Amino acid sequence: MPPLKAWSELPRAGAIEPATASRPETGGWRTGLKPEVDLSRCVNCLLCWVYCPDSSVLLEGTTFKGFDLAHCKGCEICAEICPVQAIEMVPEDRP
Amino acid sequence: MSTAALELMTGGESVAWAMRQIDPDVFPVYPITPQTPIIQGFAKFVADGKAHTELVNVESEHSAMSAAIGSALAGARTMTATSSQGLALMAEVVYIAASMRAPIVMALGNRALSGPINIHCDHSDSMLIRDSGVVQLFAENAQEAYDLTLIATRLAERSDVLLPVLVCQDGFTITHSAEPVELLSDDEVASFVGEYEIPHPLLDPVHPTSQGPFAMPDYYFELRRQQISALEAALDGFDELGHEFEALCRRRYRAVEPYRLDGAERVIVALGSTAGTIKDVVDELRDEGQRVGLLRIVSFRPFPAQQLASLLPDAATAIVLDRAASPGGAAPLFAEVAAALVGARVTVTGHVYGLGGRDLHPEDVREVFAGRGQQYVGLRGEPCPD
Repeated sequence: MPPLKAWSELPRAGAIEPATASRPETGGWRTGLKPEVDLSRCVNCLLCWVYCPDSSVLLEGTTFKGFDLAHCKGCEICAEICPVQAIEMVPEDRP
Repeated sequence: MSTAALELMTGGESVAWAMRQIDPDVFPVYPITPQTPIIQGFAKFVADGKAHTELVNVESEHSAMSAAIGSALAGARTMTATSSQGLALMAEVVYIAASMRAPIVMALGNRALSGPINIHCDHSDSMLIRDSGVVQLFAENAQEAYDLTLIATRLAERSDVLLPVLVCQDGFTITHSAEPVELLSDDEVASFVGEYEIPHPLLDPVHPTSQGPFAMPDYYFELRRQQISALEAALDGFDELGHEFEALCRRRYRAVEPYRLDGAERVIVALGSTAGTIKDVVDELRDEGQRVGLLRIVSFRPFPAQQLASLLPDAATAIVLDRAASPGGAAPLFAEVAAALVGARVTVTGHVYGLGGRDLHPEDVREVFAGRGQQYVGLRGEPCPD
């Protein structure tokens, strides 16, 4: 997380400038489970990318690449929507 | 220098006149006694084409303040007006207005909060939103209600303040009582208040912002501290504007007005129209050789604690008159004055008076000065101290 700011350094009334939503690392909101992919099963349909409410499915061009765990809130929608069960929610501390 | 006109006007009329001259962009409002003459007068100016304001007849005071926030932050000069229960209904949103730093000017016709339901003056409505983070200026008469409305417009919009400013006038005593009021010309007012400008209005597509964000424990405290700082800045801001206004019309406004304090041993501290009665009694008692005086608080929020402490003569007794009670605790003005005088070589006493429009007579003020006042002045069944 970026260092917390002093009151005098904050914009007036906490106003938020455009295109700054990526700054807060909402990955800290996960409560113990993170998504993990089995690439041998993945068919690259990208439904997880379409459904992820936090834009935390990363692509390389049009190919599934992995998860942005700094912003993934662990909602499990990707695991639920995956048609080939390639995504599993696993304990946070699993390497 | 002003070529002033003198008109017979009530406080409600003088404030409506000031609003016409300021000509705000938006005015969301809901009528309530004793504020009604203000919006009635102003609505007539709009209907007659003498003000060019979007007057929004909202369905409640909660909506009035909500609309005012959106409008002020969008970039429009915004005013509203209310009293008592209207302010109570508005209270939730008054806190939001202050936290979003919306420079809204509000005329408040002070009226007792229910219950029992009552339409007459006390300051319980102001005190209800004491801690909301808004500026509260108290007028003594119709002239001051007019002048303070002009000053409030500048004060609210100062870049170091950007807060709602309430111009409080005692219900009926000021709102409905006619007296000669010295008016500035329309051009003088236009030039004094200038154009409405706030940094980053919501309707600025070049610098878009999201305003009013959620703040968790990691930032709520910091954002509240910003509000405290802005309200404190309003004290210097009011003083500077007081000088500028004085150059315009020779009337000088200070956060706290000293009245005949030379060698004063007993000094009443009070808010609002009662100060007029007290000044008359001070004059009489001074003629009789008594060392009495008055400190009238004009800016209740921010509270001029240091100015008050430095103005009060050494070893004096400060007698605080509150027109609001705090059941189970110290009355609001008394608590403020006592806190301001911690460590000073003075005595502080306090009385509550005038709830629900009960008059305070000159004889009552004499009794209070003499140290014979009841704790609740003018209350039936109240024993007098020996």
